[in-house]
This record gives sequence, structure tokens and C-alpha cells, in this order.
Amino acid sequence: MGKKWFTTNGMTLTFILLGLIIFLFIIVPLINTIVTSDPKILFDTLLAPEVRGAIWLSLYAALIATAVGFLLGVPLAYLLARVDFPGKTLIEGLIDVPIVVPHTAAGIALLFVFGRSFFAGKAFHSIGIDFIDSTAGIVIAMLFVSIPFLIDSAKEGFKKVDVRLEKVSRSLGASPWQSFFNISLPLAWRSIFAGSVMMWARGISEFGAVIILAYHPMIAPTLVLERFESYGLSYAQPVAVILIILCLFVFIALRTIAYRGEKT
Amino acid sequence: MIQIKNLCVNLGDFMLHDINLTVDEGEYFIILGPTGAGKTVLLESIAGLYPVKSGEIWLGGKEVTRLEPEKRGISIVYQDHALFPHLSVKDNTIFGLRLRKQTRQEMEAALDWVTQLLGISHLLDRKPDTLSGGERQKVALARALSIKPQLLLLDEPLSALDPEGREGVQQELRQLHNRLKVTTIHVTHDFEEAIALGNHIAVLGEGCIKQVGTPEHIFRQPNSEFVARFAMVRNIFAGEVVARDNGNTVFSTEGTELAVVTDLRGSLHASIRPEDILISPEPLHSSARNSFCGLITYVANKGSTLYLTVNLPPDFICLVTRRSFEEMGLTEGKKVYITFKASAVHVF
Repeated sequence: MGKKWFTTNGMTLTFILLGLIIFLFIIVPLINTIVTSDPKILFDTLLAPEVRGAIWLSLYAALIATAVGFLLGVPLAYLLARVDFPGKTLIEGLIDVPIVVPHTAAGIALLFVFGRSFFAGKAFHSIGIDFIDSTAGIVIAMLFVSIPFLIDSAKEGFKKVDVRLEKVSRSLGASPWQSFFNISLPLAWRSIFAGSVMMWARGISEFGAVIILAYHPMIAPTLVLERFESYGLSYAQPVAVILIILCLFVFIALRTIAYRGEKT
Repeated sequence: MIQIKNLCVNLGDFMLHDINLTVDEGEYFIILGPTGAGKTVLLESIAGLYPVKSGEIWLGGKEVTRLEPEKRGISIVYQDHALFPHLSVKDNTIFGLRLRKQTRQEMEAALDWVTQLLGISHLLDRKPDTLSGGERQKVALARALSIKPQLLLLDEPLSALDPEGREGVQQELRQLHNRLKVTTIHVTHDFEEAIALGNHIAVLGEGCIKQVGTPEHIFRQPNSEFVARFAMVRNIFAGEVVARDNGNTVFSTEGTELAVVTDLRGSLHASIRPEDILISPEPLHSSARNSFCGLITYVANKGSTLYLTVNLPPDFICLVTRRSFEEMGLTEGKKVYITFKASAVHVF
């Protein structure tokens, strides 16, 4: 439905060729890494506790970051979609800054706030949370670099919800909270979920900001680097393969759920 | 029932200022105004869905100007119906009922009542995007009426429908109102719709209320050029549609019977555009079924065209070009014949 009939002319063929080049550029290294790996070594690597620990930590820390991002980001996304105020464009721009800042620089910036000798670090230390070389550090590094994906996606989702649906809901007796949970949230849910998946995936893939705050405990990307530097390519490859396969499957599965039944 | 006092609403580009309206219990009140006059915003202000700058809104003897919308008991039906797309017709309809602390039986009873009232019982499991325009409208009305609102607000309820559907829905709105007597404010830009449905009409334009009165009053005595633009240059008559034994349908008004083409019956209105009326000094022999003799009582000169008022009675306003006017030697007090087709008469 909605597909346009396409003639094969010179332009179309050129575009197909160019598109193919970039597609192969993405897919060949991924596939190649997988097919050239030795299944035996791959299996042994999978059984190694440090590998499984690192992968689990990556998934788990990114999930916590996403949960925190959801709780704090979705309300902000709703406000940005519904309310106009002076300086809104600036705020929207600032929210996207973590995407463009080099992630090692982001890590340094976080260190200056959440390090033990700085104000947020001190405050959290007093309730028993430390960010240096800890899971909490990994979570905030992931949160920082990946939250824009969730906020932007949720904001677009809320914008697509006709404000009059909320108005009708209010007139029928719903409080603002009831309108939000019965109308706005379910209708924007697909975008919020897709944004959460993006955020989680971005969290899992984060490396630069994480190692500044927490080299240990080791997340999967850090483990790949360490094995590469200490023992060479053949040691790093199996971990990389496991990461790629895992991310591929999880990401494709979640995207399928997120976009299921969406009209094109 | 509802009283609006000195209401001012800021619309960004312009203001609604000094709006004063009184709508009585059980009344069908029309707010008539051109597109972009702020009619929707006025409705939203009444419902508490748009911030009011100053002024007061009183509902049933209580001031509600700053009251949250969910506590007002005012239902609104938007032009595009604004059905909740993720909910079935049933869940749309009981949305307001669910929010009230009611027993299951009470809710079921209210649902049965309102779905039967609007004839949508067979649609309950459908999703809004599978409904026709007319069906959506009924669901939107059912949802609005389910909570037994003190006041029903209708935002251009007929303009999203095609012309055939419009006439039917107009009849239904009238019947619905006659049965329920729920106080209703209906906004529209369509003058004929306003005449057909309203007990009273307020004309809204340029940010304020230009005139309030009965339909007769508004179109007989427009108080300003703005209102006249809506009302004047038209022939609108109140009368009765009767089927004659010979198979003809006539519209009877002030002793004159116009041949019309319509399936409607009863006390209605008819309109004829001034440019659809032919004027001649002698009776015309043509296929047009309406031909009457009358006196020119007034000539309004508009440059290259003139509006003649021809009294039969009633008064017909007819458009002629200056050239025809001069060739026929027409003047006030002269006897002329007016001729128009039965199909040129719009009954509503």
C-alpha cells in the first residue's frame, strides 16, 4: 500500500548502486567478523565467566540507564511537545548536545560533576553511591550519551497526538493525570518504545564515556579493547562476534515490535 | 443556565473581547461567524480548555471561570469528532462513564441508553478508523451525551460531512435536542444551518459579538454591515412544506405557495438566491414552475447591479444588472413578474 511504481532509469540505477555500496560497507564487516570466527573458540569464549559477566553488565547497565531515562525523559518530552516557552529551542538543542560531544569528553565532563571530590559526587557518596569504577558510573555514562534518543523520539510521538483528544478527555471528566495515562501515553507509546530501544542500544554500544568513569567493572566493549591490546586480534574477535550477533538479534527483534502494524 | 460576562480571550493574533452571552436552560444556541473568528476557542473557553484572560463564566448559578474542565460537566464535540483512535466505539462511548464512580449496571444502562439513542449499537466493537463520517459523528455525540452533560458544545458539527449527509444529521440534531432538551451551543459559519437549528443566534466577528437575537430578528434586522453580509442578500422564509394531491410539493409562506423539490416535510425554511430570480414586466412562459406578480418596493443600487425588493408578500430580493434594469424601465412601485425554478429553492 502506498508503494509507488518505479521506473528503472539512469538515475534510479545510479542511486541503487550508491546505496548498495554503503549498505555493503555496513554489512560486510559485520558478517565477515562472524563468518571468519572459529566456532570452537567462539563457544569457549562464550563460556568464559569474564566474557559473560561483561556482556551481562553491558545489557543490564544500559537497561537501568534506559529505565532512568524513561522516568525522567518522558515527562520532559511531553512538556516539550505540548508547551511553548521562551528558550525552548535552546533547551531542545542542549538536550541533543550529548550526541555531538566526543564521548571521551562527555566522560571527562561527567567526572567533574560525579567524581568523589565534586558536588554531585559528594552528595551521592553520602547516600552510598559512588560513580568511579562502579556500575553506577557506567549507568550515568550511558544515560548521558543515550538519553537524547529517547527524549527526541518520545517528543515526536507526543506531538503526533492531537491535543484535542486530551481536551475531550478532560471535558469527559478525566484529570490531567488520567488524560495522560489513558490517552497521550498509549497513543505515543510506539514512539516512546522505539526511542527506548534506541536508547538501550546506544547505551550498550557506549565505550568512550564509560571508560573515563569506570574501566572496571568491565563492560563488553571495554573487554574487546583490553583483549585486543593485551592479546591481539584473535582474542578480541570472538567477543566482538558475540556482541555483534547479540545486538543484531535484540535490535531487530525490538524494532520489529516497535514498528509492528505501523502504517507507512 | 450559562452566562458569559465580559469574557476576554487572547488568541495570539487577535483577541475575543467583551463577550457577553446568556443561554437559557434547554436552549439550542447558535454562534455564527466566519472561519477564523475564534468560534472554536470560545467554545474551548466555555469548557475550560482554553485559558481566559478576563471575564466570568457562570454555569447553573455557579461561577466556573477557573474551574478545571473535568469538573464542569460540559461535553464538547469537535468538527473532526476527535474520537480516541486506540479505543473501540464502546470504549470511546464509556470513556466518561468509566471515570465516574458508577456500578457496572449503571454504566451498562447508560451505554445502552446512549447507543440506542444514536443508533450505534451495531458499531460497538469497531475502531474509529473503520467508521464513516456520519458514524464517527454519532459516536462522538454518544460519547459526549453519555455523561449527561449540563451543556453540550458542538464545533461545526456538520461541516465535515458531505452535503447529503449534512441534511440528515441536521434533522437528527434537531430531533435529538427535542428529545433530550440538553442545553446546546453550536458554532457554525453556515447561515442556513444557524436559521434551521437555533432558538437564538449570536453573530461573532472581528473578535466580538455583533448581534444576538432570534433567527428571524437576525436576518430581518441585521444591525451592522458585518451581520448583513451573512444575512441580507438572500431570501430566507419560514414556512411549511406540504405535499399536494397532484404530486407536487409546495412551500407555503405568508400566503404564497412556492413549488419546491424536497423530501422534507413540516415547518421548515426555504431560501432562494437573488441571482436565481428572473424579473420581467410581463409573465414569462418558461419551464420554471414558480412565477409570481409583485410590486417593487425598494431598489438598492450597487453600481453595475441592483437589488430589487419585490413584495408579493413576502418580500423577495432579486438581482438585476443595471442594463436590464434600464431596458425594462423598472422603478419603485412598478408591477413586475418574478420567475424561478422549483430546484432553485433550497428547503432546510
